[in-house]
Amino acid sequence: MSTSVAAPRKWRKPPLIKNPVMRWSLLLGALVYLVLALGTMEVNWSRVYEGLDRGGRFILAFSQPDFISRWSDISAGMLESIIMTITSTAAGIIISIPIGLGAAKNIAPMPVYMICRGIIAVSRALHEIIVAILMVAIFGFGPLAGFITLSFATIGFLAKLLAEDIEDTDRSQAEAIKATGGSWLQWINYGIQPQVMPRLIGLSMYRLDINFRESAILGLVGAGGIGATLNTAFDRYEFDTAAAIIIIIIAIVMCLEYLSGIIRRRVQ
Amino acid sequence: MLQLNKLTKQYATGDLALKAVELEIPKGQVLALIGPSGAGKSTLIRCINRLVEPTSGTVDLNGKDLTKLGSGALRTARRRMGMIFQEYALVERLTVMENVLSGRLGYVGFWRSFLRRYPQSDIDEAFRLLERVGLDHMADKRADELSGGQRQRVGIARALIQDPELLLVDEPTASLDPKTSRQIMRLICELCAERGLAAIINIHDVALAQMFVQRVVGLRLGEVVYDGPPNQLTPDTLTQIYGEEDWEATIEKVEDDEEDDDALPQGALA
Repeated sequence: MSTSVAAPRKWRKPPLIKNPVMRWSLLLGALVYLVLALGTMEVNWSRVYEGLDRGGRFILAFSQPDFISRWSDISAGMLESIIMTITSTAAGIIISIPIGLGAAKNIAPMPVYMICRGIIAVSRALHEIIVAILMVAIFGFGPLAGFITLSFATIGFLAKLLAEDIEDTDRSQAEAIKATGGSWLQWINYGIQPQVMPRLIGLSMYRLDINFRESAILGLVGAGGIGATLNTAFDRYEFDTAAAIIIIIIAIVMCLEYLSGIIRRRVQ
Repeated sequence: MLQLNKLTKQYATGDLALKAVELEIPKGQVLALIGPSGAGKSTLIRCINRLVEPTSGTVDLNGKDLTKLGSGALRTARRRMGMIFQEYALVERLTVMENVLSGRLGYVGFWRSFLRRYPQSDIDEAFRLLERVGLDHMADKRADELSGGQRQRVGIARALIQDPELLLVDEPTASLDPKTSRQIMRLICELCAERGLAAIINIHDVALAQMFVQRVVGLRLGEVVYDGPPNQLTPDTLTQIYGEEDWEATIEKVEDDEEDDDALPQGALA
């Protein structure tokens, strides 16, 4: 080998944290913390052992779900959940659109923007369960509390994402509509709406899906729907009925998923 | 017909985009506004229909000061000013026909436009214009399926259906190939002549401007530094507008470029 060939130069991806002492001590610290944290968790192993048996029975129940003996409860709960889902999604969309328009910086004046962003922030700050507990306290047990909860949650989700999509629209298209002398509503209808429509439809479908899943939980705090039926089934140790309910929920969520996929592809 | 008096625009950032611009355009005159990027060409035409609010000065259209109008009167005034854009600015997810008809928005009520129930006379005129620009067979295509040249033709039809007396044209050819650029410029100028429209055309391409217009205005840093016929543009004046460069080749092109491409309807399919 002649000396004209230089020794091969080494290359390694530069580490995220340059200082090696810092790098290793952080890693070690995280490891020590993990061990200590695990150590503080009190596990009642005998209780776990007992639970394993129950868990096993529950899993076995899936092999023979019982749709029959509680069918009237299941169908009533499911129907309530579906009605709650559809009505709350529809109401949520209708309310979200004006709030979404108001929360888009590029089309709303500052005071309107602040108010709409405020509404969105409140809606997003409160988890569905907390809202549901409040609504149950106000309106009593039943699907009305669930409907209001889900509508309220839909606003925070849909209005925020719609506003962000409006802020991302192409300015020149909207400007061209403005230049024709159209009114504000016409400007929204021609300059903005066509640009955000596919996403609005996609998000609405997605929210329908989320609302259905949430509606299954809301029953646990008394806000109606299939959740209440599921809770009762667990309380009675009727795991075969519970399994049937969970299977139906999974099937419906999958159907919605499939449907929303088709719709989203169509509107592109 | 159009008169700009001491038109000034200062952006919130403090940049002075227009410095007391004085300009008068008689009825039916097609004028090219040239100048380097950032000279204020776009700002100038947007100050006329107030897509950009001027800071001071007046814009007189047929004796009416546009800068003083309230929002309703401004919308009425905008109907008579058609605008054509650099990147076409068609609403991409609407059809060609909807894009053309959107030029009538200032004339029809909200529900009519929302339901797309335009008066028959508007629809007739839309078809007539699409035919004129060679795209009547494309009426129900979505705008984003069209090529650049076709899109700009739709943009032109949209501006013309407004029944304007003035066209504001912002870099109509900046995203087009050289041949399509010429066809578009020729189309705009022919239509202006047919209808007796005045037009302000912002344009980068000096040679192209010289080929088609009667008057050239040079803008540099928000000030008019040249105003005269296209054939009097000299290397010196171009240096004054754009800065130091060898301008001989640019100007020479004017002489030898009369022949080339075919008349529109055939070329319209490009």
